[in-house]
Amino acid sequence: MTATLTKTTPTMAARTKVLQRQGAAVALVLVVAVSWLVFPRFGSLDNLRDLALQGSFLAVIAIGMTFVIITGGIDLSVGSVYALGGVLAAWGAQYGFLVALLLPLVVCGLIGLINGLLIARTNMAPFIVTLASLLFARGLLLVITDEGATTYKIASDSAFVELGRGTVFGFGYPIFIAAALALVGGMLLNRTNFGQNVFATGGAEQSAVLLGVPVAKTKVLVYTMSGTLAGLAGALTAAYLQSGVTVIGVGLELDAIAVVVIGGTLLTGGMGTVLGTVIGVGLIKVIQNVINQIGTLDSNYQSVVSGVFLLIVVVLQRILRR
Amino acid sequence: MPTDMPSTPVIEVAGVTKTFAGVRALSDVDFTLQRGEIHALVGENGAGKSTLIKVLTGIHTTDAGRVTRNGNISTIYQEVNLVPLMSVSANMFLGREPRNRFGLIDRARRDADAAELLRGYGITADVSSPLGTLAVGEQQMVALARAVDANADVVIMDEPTSSLEPREVETLLGVVRKLHEQGIAIIYVSHRMDELYRICDTVTVLRDGVNVHSGPLKELPRIELVSLMLGRSVKEIESHGTTAFGEDHHADAEPVLQATGLTSRPRIDGVSVTIRPGEVVGLAGLLGSGRTETAKAIIGALPVDGGTVLVAGNPVARTVKASTRAGISMLAEDRKTEGIIPNLSVRENIVLAALPRLSRFGVTSRSKQDRIVDAFIKRLRIKVSSPEQKVAELSGGNQQKVLLARWLCTEPKILLLDEPTRGIDVGAKAEVQALIDELAREGLAVLLISSELDELLDGADRLVVLRDGSVAGELEGDQLTREHVLKAIAAEVTDDSGDHAGSPQHSR
Repeated sequence: MTATLTKTTPTMAARTKVLQRQGAAVALVLVVAVSWLVFPRFGSLDNLRDLALQGSFLAVIAIGMTFVIITGGIDLSVGSVYALGGVLAAWGAQYGFLVALLLPLVVCGLIGLINGLLIARTNMAPFIVTLASLLFARGLLLVITDEGATTYKIASDSAFVELGRGTVFGFGYPIFIAAALALVGGMLLNRTNFGQNVFATGGAEQSAVLLGVPVAKTKVLVYTMSGTLAGLAGALTAAYLQSGVTVIGVGLELDAIAVVVIGGTLLTGGMGTVLGTVIGVGLIKVIQNVINQIGTLDSNYQSVVSGVFLLIVVVLQRILRR
Repeated sequence: MPTDMPSTPVIEVAGVTKTFAGVRALSDVDFTLQRGEIHALVGENGAGKSTLIKVLTGIHTTDAGRVTRNGNISTIYQEVNLVPLMSVSANMFLGREPRNRFGLIDRARRDADAAELLRGYGITADVSSPLGTLAVGEQQMVALARAVDANADVVIMDEPTSSLEPREVETLLGVVRKLHEQGIAIIYVSHRMDELYRICDTVTVLRDGVNVHSGPLKELPRIELVSLMLGRSVKEIESHGTTAFGEDHHADAEPVLQATGLTSRPRIDGVSVTIRPGEVVGLAGLLGSGRTETAKAIIGALPVDGGTVLVAGNPVARTVKASTRAGISMLAEDRKTEGIIPNLSVRENIVLAALPRLSRFGVTSRSKQDRIVDAFIKRLRIKVSSPEQKVAELSGGNQQKVLLARWLCTEPKILLLDEPTRGIDVGAKAEVQALIDELAREGLAVLLISSELDELLDGADRLVVLRDGSVAGELEGDQLTREHVLKAIAAEVTDDSGDHAGSPQHSR
């Protein structure tokens, strides 16, 4: 027996991995390079700061979604939960910083927990359970805002507003919060037993059970995480906008799913990265930014381009997995 | 090799009974596993092996009896129960990852440890690549390494070689011997006689949930073992079965089906079957001998590495569509998952396969459907309140008839029947058997797969006996006796071709 470790030839799965992970990164680099050259305003520091800030709210949600999708699930409730989190934060701001921050985290975390318990314990489809909580959260929001008639404002001199509007070198706090969460998320996924359980649950649930992985607990945790992070994103948005806007977040769950998948996470579960998701957010936001800069182009083309991207990625995943 | 130790058994089971929904899976079973022995656990499908394993490992509780375990048990299942998308090393250490001082997974050490461990099993693959990129045999070995490393005193292997290549089998058997030398007791479940006799010390035979024999394996002739599994004494050759088949159907016509050299590694290797119109050819063999695979290969549902199928002298492409068009139909073994659509009506279930034939421009004629369905219900004596009754409400036997009607609707020339009477009551069984007889007399060519020897002996005009994926013999006329079949299955006097190929890697 030779002592050298024989490398296996680059096989299908390995190639899939490379292309999925690097594919989004390559696309991002290309899009950024072209935009930089074509649009003089794109490379300006102001624009980049704005771009990063816009992306940070979505990134916070998408990090949670990454975990959910890797377990083979889906969380459709995050758009509504995000909006609810914003309203709760705005309402809570009158009682101080802590209430404004913790109230949305606790309530939205609870919604996630219920999602997780229903999915893990009763074996109901994640699609159905989180569709129900999408309606529930949106309904709850309308109730506490008198059908959207009441908009809670946050005093512009409060500490909570600082959380959304404060800057370091012009870069908003939410950017740093999202970056820190991405770092922790990546660590959690790749370097902890919990992360391994997430992969195992989505990769082969039956086997995972036989291998002693606490599948149910893992599911409960990822949905709780997803709900909490959606609530946090809502709170940050409220702080940034200085009010709890009731009409935001409609369809945001689909954006979150899109960036996760564009980032190379398998929609069927078992494989994915937080870094990929962050790159996916970058890609979508840059495209959005560019379309905004072409003043003559209808801003609805954002969705068209995002849709095309998503389709390409999913088709590629399918082909490469054969 | 087996150094007898008079120590306490590592597992002891006494008088265990286990019932599922009124069906006895185990009744009053005794089972003892001595330290360091390799114990074969054999029995046909439904004999209670899996249930016993689950009782041993504590997955099932018992209704009665006592289970004593004096050690850690690891189980390796037939299917590799690992996560294909995760890396080899992540699979090896899932749940007990080495940590660094920050409490995070130490990936370098995990990879190094995994590589080190696997080298002992002859695996030199890159442990950081996804498990799914390894060959099935290597994956099986990873599962084995993981199981053994979990500090096991007992390793249970459930059909570990069923999906392995001959070379991989050798490596696995080498590992089993190594474990044996380390004093680990092994329960080895397999249907492959050669493997059992090569490595096992003791054997326990289960049949219908009863332990019918426990003892040293070497002293038990193969034919004796096979007859213990199938449930009749070798002497008891003269059997007047409970089957309802009539006399032989004589057929001298040209073969309507000629399947030659069907190969789909590792399941079947060079199987040839010929059937004439009006003939019933039986496929005999133990579970896992390649019976279902042969039928699936004939109809094109199993990708083959080689072999041809001729229908009435014309080659047929290896797809289900082409086969169906050529006149081959197959009644699958598992009605629940591969056949019946429970919430559709009897009528809808019957006409399903014939719909393309019954429709014009995609619109089906309801009156045509009704005519055909009525005719079949009458002809097959299907007991229904109306053709619109849901299939789920019918008994097993009548469901089977509905399926049979579905395929007969397509006017096949060749009908492949995989265990057509399994799981249906005695009365319905006789009716289905009589029906098969009738169909053959009308000129249909039938391939009959059955685990019940009586059904094959009485029902078939000719028997093809399979063993480990190859034809072990063809019997007809006077040879159609229990003794001949058992001998062919057990292969009393054969030299095995797969053995000397060996593995260049391990033999020590």
